[in-house]
Formats: sequence, C-alpha cells, structure tokens
Amino acid sequence: MKLKKIASSEITPEHIYNDRRNFIKKLGLILGSTALSAFTNKSFAALYTLPSFAQAKEGEKEKLTSLKDITSYNNYYEFGSSKSDPYEYAEKLNIDPWSISIEGSVKKPLKLDFDELIKEMPLEEHIYRLRCVEGWSMVIPWVGIPLHALLKKVSLNGNAKYVEFVSLKRPNEMIGQKIDILDWPYTEGLRLDEAMHPLTILAVGLYGKVLPKQNGAPIRLVVPWKYGFKSIKAITKIRLVEKMPISSWMKANPKEYGFYSNVNPKVDHLRWSQTTERRVGESLLSPRLKTQMFNGYHEEVAHLYQGMDLNKNF
Amino acid sequence: MKINQIYIKRLIFVVSLWPVLSLSLAIFLNNLGANPIEFIERHFGKWSLIFLCLTLGMTPLRKITHMNQWILYRRMLGLFTFFYVTVHLLCYIGLDYHFAWIDIKDDIIKHRYVLVGFSGWLLLLPLAITSSDEMKRKLKSNWKRLHRLIYLIAILGVLHFAWLVKKDITEPLIYASIIFILFLLRLNIFKWKNFKKI
Repeated sequence: MKLKKIASSEITPEHIYNDRRNFIKKLGLILGSTALSAFTNKSFAALYTLPSFAQAKEGEKEKLTSLKDITSYNNYYEFGSSKSDPYEYAEKLNIDPWSISIEGSVKKPLKLDFDELIKEMPLEEHIYRLRCVEGWSMVIPWVGIPLHALLKKVSLNGNAKYVEFVSLKRPNEMIGQKIDILDWPYTEGLRLDEAMHPLTILAVGLYGKVLPKQNGAPIRLVVPWKYGFKSIKAITKIRLVEKMPISSWMKANPKEYGFYSNVNPKVDHLRWSQTTERRVGESLLSPRLKTQMFNGYHEEVAHLYQGMDLNKNF
Repeated sequence: MKINQIYIKRLIFVVSLWPVLSLSLAIFLNNLGANPIEFIERHFGKWSLIFLCLTLGMTPLRKITHMNQWILYRRMLGLFTFFYVTVHLLCYIGLDYHFAWIDIKDDIIKHRYVLVGFSGWLLLLPLAITSSDEMKRKLKSNWKRLHRLIYLIAILGVLHFAWLVKKDITEPLIYASIIFILFLLRLNIFKWKNFKKI
C-alpha cells in the first residue's frame, strides 16, 4: 500500500497548535511540575475564538499568523527599535524569578510569584487579532489569565477608577533602554471597566507554549480592541489608581497617542493610515484589509464608550 | 571622455544595480521577513536616499580631489536616484495599495510623511526629464536653477523618512547629517583653492 503524501498545506502551525497533549507536556517541563497540574486541570476550559471566527464559513476563517512571524517581528523598544531586535536581544532578560505585585486602591495588596500565579489562576486560550498602530496586524492564539479574575483577588476599594501597569527598567538586560527613546520603565493604563472586560487578558503563553521573551514573557497584557502598544509586556506591577494614568507613549507624544487608543478606522493617525491594514504573513500579492471598528470587537466593547466623542478621546 | 572614464562609468552603472540584485536574491531565498511588502518598500526607500547622497557628493568630490571626472558620473547617479524613488513609489501604489486610488489619495493628503515623499518624487520628474545634454543646452542658465531643486528634494526625502518613524529617528538623522555636510560643502563655506571650472 502506498503511503499518502502529506500536502505541505497540511503541515501548518495550527497542526502543532492542536497537538494539545504534547503542548501540555512541553509547557509543564518548562514551568515545572507544579504548574503542570494547573495546566492539565484548568487549561483550555474555555476556548475563545474571534467573534466573527466561529460563525464564519470554513473558507472564510482568519488564518493564524505563523509562530515564526509572531516571534520575529515585534515592536518592543526595550530591546531596540527595529522589528528584528527583540528576537535577537530579548534572550538576555532574566525572568526567573519573577513576581508581580498588585497595589494601590485595593483592600488586600498582593505580591505573587509567577509560578504561584500560574498555579492559582484559570488559564484560557484566546485567539485574538492584534492591530498595530503602524498599520499591520496578526492573528495570535494566546494562553492567558482573565485580568478580572486577578483583580477580584485583591478586592478593590471604591476609589479605584483606573489600572496602571508597569514593566521594568533593567538597561543591562534590556539594551534598548540605554537610549531614552521612551521614559522607562514602560507604563500603560486602562479604565477599570476596560480592565474588567472579559476580553482583557494577561497572556503567559502563545501557540500553546510559554510566552517567548520577545513577546513579553513572562506575563503581558492583551487588549485586543486597542492598538498593540497598549498591551504592555513584561509586567511587574499593577496599580489601582483614582486618576487617569499617563502612559509612556502619552508622555512621549500626547498629540499622537491618547489614553484610549482604540482601533478605529474613522480616527486617523498623524503618520499611518488607520482605514486599512496589512496582515502579516500574507503573500506578496494579497491586498490590504479594511480595518474594523474596535478591531472587530465592536459588539463586545462598544458599550464601554457610549456617548463618548472618540475623536477627542482617541 | 577618456577610455578609462568610460569603463569607470560602466562599472558604476553595473554596481548601481546592486539594490535590484540584492532584493532579487532576498526574494529567491525567501528572506523578506514577516512583512515582505514593507521590506521591499523600505529597501528601495533606503537606496533612494543613498543614491541621492551619492549624487550630491559628486560636486564636492570634484572640488576636494581637483578631478573633474566626478561630474561625469553625477547625471547617471541622479537618474538612478530617480529610478529607485520611482520603483519605491510604484511598490507603494501597486504592491501595497493595489492601485486603490482613493485610499492612496487619502493617504497622501492626510499623512505628512506620504505628502512630502510624493512631492519629492514630483519634483524629481522635471530633473529627470531635463537631464539630457540637449535639454541642458536649451534651458541655458535656467537648467542650473532648475536642478538646484535637488537640495529641496533631499530635505523632503529625509523628512519623509523621519516622519514615518515612530520614535527612534537615529537612522533619518544619519542621512540628515550627511546631507547637511554636503550642503555646507556646496555653499563654499570652505574655500577652495586652485579650483578650475569646467
């Protein structure tokens, strides 16, 4: 009997990605045995898909961006301003041990070791579009913790209106920080209701593997309806605050980068077109895609901004 | 033109095709990275600026080396500049935007980096058209005046790059400094002795 030849189209990253058991094993090996049980018990309980993804006909499904592209084309200025710098230099960052503290307007401030965090929190798989303000996009299968689940643990007090996220400053390991391109450490912020939204996650993995360092290991924010720079990488601190925090990009260029930075094809950017985007990994001849309101998550998040002038609150 | 100058000119012509060759190689080896269209656009953009600097460098070189022959290569380098800027523009229009003219128009109007880049190309057009000896003769002293536009074009080219970059403008600044030095050399800030005019 002749063996069937596997078409090259079948050997896709999705293939690897679907190989859950293998993944769990690998991930467990990397994270240690304690984490393994957490992953096997709780992981993938919920399988989120792109909103228009599940309903789409087979042929219309949005293709996942390849692991290679996701891990070699990054904006992560802590390691340099070229897209290939993070791939090259992020390895130097020491992420073990890593802890994350949740403080500010909370009743029970908390400092969690990363391993503890993984053990205690539910891990879910979320496939999200990521739209960069520069006009390119990807589709990424994240593994993450819903942020609201973590915030519930510290019981917020009534003053908390915003959430500020802080990364870290370690110029010896993050060589891009030797130049003051931004005010290091990188900071970002969300309104409390945005932070509590079920789509908002803290990602710890992608494509079923532990998050690569160039993608923000060990833990990063993912807010899929906002431009990519809002999704701060390598988080060390989450601070509940009363006043709107000023993010690194707002400080650097307040005219171009607003607090909300929602993906919005109707609000143009000074530099790049926001009406269309180029999907990374598509062939040389494929056209740009129309950028969707809130990056296609309109149904889920539009109510957060009802009655707001999005031209002013950009 | 002397025999050796003809050979040098041919050699420069062949070497000037390097950007086309290196890109073809990268395409062949599938080395364009995650965003191949951006790669190609940047590739030709970068080489346009390099050729612009080379073109602007010929007159100062003539003065510094007291060798008139540099001026013989200036036109060719200038035409290569025009060639690479045009290819850069065509990549943007065809590859990137698939000839979606309305989107392109909006992009030019709304985004200052596109606007200055496009203006730069427009200003290069008359220079390319009037580059022949015949046109030079016809235009007489106006030719020189017209071709001074290249300084403005150089500024537009660097601005185009600087305004595209999100934050780190190191690279555009390198081009800006090179062009600035070339400007100073042209302004005769340094006095040239024993300089013969051709």
